[in-house]
Amino acid sequence: MAPSIKVYALSTCIHCKKAKEFLTGQDLEYDCVYVDRLSGDERNDTMREVRKLNPKMSFPIILIGDAVIVGFQKDDILTALGAV
Amino acid sequence: MNAETLYLQLKKFQESKGYHFNEDKDMVMALLESLLINKDRYGYMACPCRLASGNYEMDKDMLCPCVYREPDIAEFGACFCGLYVSQDWNEGKIPHETVPERRPPELVMAALGIS
Repeated sequence: MAPSIKVYALSTCIHCKKAKEFLTGQDLEYDCVYVDRLSGDERNDTMREVRKLNPKMSFPIILIGDAVIVGFQKDDILTALGAV
Repeated sequence: MNAETLYLQLKKFQESKGYHFNEDKDMVMALLESLLINKDRYGYMACPCRLASGNYEMDKDMLCPCVYREPDIAEFGACFCGLYVSQDWNEGKIPHETVPERRPPELVMAALGIS
């Protein structure tokens, strides 16, 4: 079964773009939340979730199964995929 | 202004100060396009790799070039986005590591008004 993958990203962020391209290149499907396209309470509630996942509040954040990967880290993504 | 004009303007000015664009021009152009998107959105060129609040005063530290560029280039040879790098970084004389976020999360929270 394909792993459930969620990405918190900014639509303008280059590391986010590279990470998404990498996932797509691996034929993986993922849900992506572009936090910079949210506003008001929706944005701030999402940033509270982001803070719990990554105290530095940087992007991208990639959730693969139980793994939380901060930044575009190919090896960590592949390791997490192997573990799910 | 388009990204190519911005590229030429910034290149001349920043290189005179010892900062270089990443040799990956596709990446640089994508980042400059994003800076122009942020200028349209917020009225200022907020760092495209960070979430801007839309409050200029609270986002001042992350206007590109951000205040973290200098210590990041000193330590890693590249800024957080990888837009600006040192000559040594471009020439492969130093390893290309992921640059960790240096902006304190407290500033992110304060700018967004999150407690």
